[in-house]
Amino acid sequence: MKAFEYNRAASVEDAVAGAAAPGARFIAGGTNLLDLMKLQVMTPETLVDISRLPLDQVEHLVDAETRIGALVPNSDLAANPLIRQHYTVLSKALLAGASGQLRNKASTGGNLLQRTRCYYFYDPSMACNKREPGTGCSAQQGFNRILAILGTSEHCIATHPSDMAVAMRALDAVIHTLRPDGSERAIPIADFYRLPGDTPHIETVLEQGELITTITLPPPPPGVQLYRKVRDRASYAFALVSVAAVIDVQEGRIAGASLAFGGLAHMPWRDPQVEAALIGQAPSPALFDAAADALLEGARGYGHNDFKIPLARRTLAAVLRQAVEMHA
Amino acid sequence: MTETVSLTMDEPVAHSLLDEDAQGVIGRPLNRIDGPLKVAGKATYAAEYQLDNLAHGFLIGAKFGRGRVTRIDAEQARTMPGVIDVFWDFDHFIRNPQQGGQKSKPVQGVRDVQYFGEPIAIAVAETFEQARAAAHAVKVEWIEEPGLFDFDGRLDEAVTPPEGATEPYACKGDIDAAMAQAAVTVDAVWTTPSQNSAAMEMHASIASWDDEGNLTVHGSYQMPASDRQQLADALSLPPEKVRIVSRYVGGGFGSKLGIAPESVASALAAKAIGRPVKTVMARQQVFDATVRRSNTRQRIRLGATAQGKLLAIGHETIGSNLPEEDFFEPAGIATQFLYAGDARRITHDNVPMNRLLSGSMRAPGEAAGMLALECAMDELAEALKLDPVAFRKLNEPEADPQKEQPFSSRRLVECYDDAAAKFGWEQRNRTPGGLRQGEWLVGHGMAASARSNKLQPSKARVAVEADGRVVVETDMTDIGTGTYTILAQIAGELLGQPLTHVEVRLGDNRYPPGAGSGGSFGAGSSGTSVYVACQSLRERIAAKLGVAADGVTFKDGLVIAENRTTPLGEIAGGMEVIGEIEPGKMDEDVTQASYGAHFCEVHVNAHTGEMRVKRWVSSFAAGRILNEKTARSQCIGGIVFGIGAALTEEAVHDWRNGKIVNRDLAEYHVPAHADVPHIEVTFLPERDVHANPMQAKGIGELGISGAGAAVVNAIYNATGIRVRDYPVTLDKLLAGLPA
Repeated sequence: MKAFEYNRAASVEDAVAGAAAPGARFIAGGTNLLDLMKLQVMTPETLVDISRLPLDQVEHLVDAETRIGALVPNSDLAANPLIRQHYTVLSKALLAGASGQLRNKASTGGNLLQRTRCYYFYDPSMACNKREPGTGCSAQQGFNRILAILGTSEHCIATHPSDMAVAMRALDAVIHTLRPDGSERAIPIADFYRLPGDTPHIETVLEQGELITTITLPPPPPGVQLYRKVRDRASYAFALVSVAAVIDVQEGRIAGASLAFGGLAHMPWRDPQVEAALIGQAPSPALFDAAADALLEGARGYGHNDFKIPLARRTLAAVLRQAVEMHA
Repeated sequence: MTETVSLTMDEPVAHSLLDEDAQGVIGRPLNRIDGPLKVAGKATYAAEYQLDNLAHGFLIGAKFGRGRVTRIDAEQARTMPGVIDVFWDFDHFIRNPQQGGQKSKPVQGVRDVQYFGEPIAIAVAETFEQARAAAHAVKVEWIEEPGLFDFDGRLDEAVTPPEGATEPYACKGDIDAAMAQAAVTVDAVWTTPSQNSAAMEMHASIASWDDEGNLTVHGSYQMPASDRQQLADALSLPPEKVRIVSRYVGGGFGSKLGIAPESVASALAAKAIGRPVKTVMARQQVFDATVRRSNTRQRIRLGATAQGKLLAIGHETIGSNLPEEDFFEPAGIATQFLYAGDARRITHDNVPMNRLLSGSMRAPGEAAGMLALECAMDELAEALKLDPVAFRKLNEPEADPQKEQPFSSRRLVECYDDAAAKFGWEQRNRTPGGLRQGEWLVGHGMAASARSNKLQPSKARVAVEADGRVVVETDMTDIGTGTYTILAQIAGELLGQPLTHVEVRLGDNRYPPGAGSGGSFGAGSSGTSVYVACQSLRERIAAKLGVAADGVTFKDGLVIAENRTTPLGEIAGGMEVIGEIEPGKMDEDVTQASYGAHFCEVHVNAHTGEMRVKRWVSSFAAGRILNEKTARSQCIGGIVFGIGAALTEEAVHDWRNGKIVNRDLAEYHVPAHADVPHIEVTFLPERDVHANPMQAKGIGELGISGAGAAVVNAIYNATGIRVRDYPVTLDKLLAGLPA
């Protein structure tokens, strides 16, 4: 760990002002950042501690939206009655992530900003374009079991590890921020993350010093909500493939489908063509296969992760089948 | 000078004093006497000693898999806040940990780097964080050399290791002819990956020197008696100038049998700066630079008559280790004695590789070998259309089929029957892939368990104080296994004191040298040394009372003989004896092992291939059980290891440099709680008169042996898919699952 300056923010304004300079980072739960600092994968010069800011409420707004403070702990958010009742997929996704201890500590905003679990990103003795741009990608020719099959580039095949963000992607969450110049932004989650391209070290559209203050969820969509996470052990493992699904079946046809995927790409993955393939159709194994075809068109395995292609197909079909059965 | 009373185990001991059961503590499922200390944080582990003027070290590992260090530039690092020095000694740092029980140092010298992460220098600072930051800032230059990183492509370069404790080759009869003659055969290859013990407590040492040049190391070690000799040898000191203290050890599983690089680096750095130095390995360094279980490639050949009598048993293992290292994973060790069959070929070879040292990890041999053997037995049973239990019973040998000598005790058949009944084996799924509950395919599997029993030289001092309290001292360790408790139970039982009146002091070279914790020999060996000492004390007390030794009862702090009752402290206060046990003819003339049988139910998701172990029943026979609770915990822990071996655990080597890729507990997957069902463990009553006077056999490695194979046999039963490449991760099932 490199020596760093530590400041505790007294207000959100204070926080963004304190983090405006390059090399500054916010810290809340620190469940990911501290690990990375110990390994010197991340070496911030200044930490701005936002953990005491009053951003820990979950509120039901008049327009039926729900507003989640960026510092709401993952465990609190998962257990919140409003979330459990109306956004089941989010609650289930949160509970599928990490461990009880980590969820107690991890914040909502921080969860969105988790770094990849690529083995080589975590290992400063190996080349990694995400950690040190321009050094190369050790994963493509190396061990890549947990890495991406969609949206990869020649520079990076990392995956985003969050479960929560996958559910939020399916729910069309909006991320609200405050910038050092005092301006606010509302960023739809669809526009929040970036594919690796030739700048895999830049993962979101956030600017230096820009603070996530709240996340809003639109009114709950109709239909059943499911989160299915396939992983290498029953608990405390990152997703090989996960699916967040909101599926509405009306009169024997799929009336609404919102599907987001974890474990497949550099960001929570959502593909309008998958949903378009389903909507208006009567559910059947052939239809589920067609949806998977749409999802996996352009998917590419790198050896150890080739299995994710059939696994994603199977998991999607299982989720859709289950959603339809729940309607019946 | 305290008298030493010695027993060499040359004869069976038919009568055990423990059977008198006067105090009634032996065998009982008593809580650990050190439990309250551990939950209260008062049990002091190696890195927790607060020494004055302590400095902190952080090891610096090579960032290449094979080559030569040409320069270390520590100029910048030395100017960093709190940094005392960056220190290296290419001649005296040890290359890798030593194997267990060795009396000399491991390979010394690190200029020629043999594996990625090999510790080549140490940064020393006022705080741990400063030392770690300095370690990162040190610049190392090197010339890389071509390394031996490919296993599969270099099988023909395998060499036969020299004969050590285990013979690498044990062959009998003509296996090729027997296979040709057999009506039904299995001939297949299983592979198992490298594994890491991943003990909760990382390897750690605090080295401090006194003014007379005596070195004390508070270290996380399993075998202080031999560790002391190894460390002394590495530092060119007489052993009596070295003292190792390992009072509490947070798990070892073999990875802490011998000294590891942090001990020597800390000692050298402490000498150089004239202050005590504490070095705790980071989790990643434990993966990089301690010890792994070797990966293996195991060819199993089994041939049987149409009726199911085994004619041929072949178990040929190729493992890997650093060039010139002799240790090999003895995967065929249980194959030597588990099943009858005249033609036998059990071999072990090693491919030299530039990967970190391979050595002992819980049940070296059986843990990896039975993953292959017990699945091969399942395959052959199926080919014979026999119940796998019935098939095993058909091949239950009367005597050790390899060495042609008697078994000391063996209740394996009773274990099969007991566990099968408790599990409901009769109601098992009989059609592979044929039983489904919703999304889940349901399967049942079983496997035998066997683990060799060994005795090691061990000593313990037992003293009676004036108030009757009993003090036991030995440098034996408790690595979470329950040694403190069982030694107190043995002494308490034999001298008639409740556990509150027995104090056990462990893990310090100031006490008589114990066996250490390893190879399932710790309880039997160190327990016997306590037994021998207590037996001698009883005889002395009887003599003092003027009665025959067998006419005295010891109970509740009282000595009762011929209607006279005397407090123990009054008659024996001040007495002390060192008990010693030496292995003898019983180790050679009879084949000793503990046995068991595992049965489990595994569900496999028909869509995703996810596997969940849902039910588990095991029955074991391991001689006398000294403490039913700690013994049960040992077995459960071993079974959990087996579940991990079957489903999740793999230390992946990068093919480009040999390094471990998944070197933390987020990506090296040991089973989580959710992966482990309730585990029902039964101990069948047994006494082994050949093992030791307690008639107890080893239990620490029995649970793991065979457990993983039971899981994989159940996966086959659930899915109809045989996977022979461990661990059985879901990707290996996908192609064979229903569409």
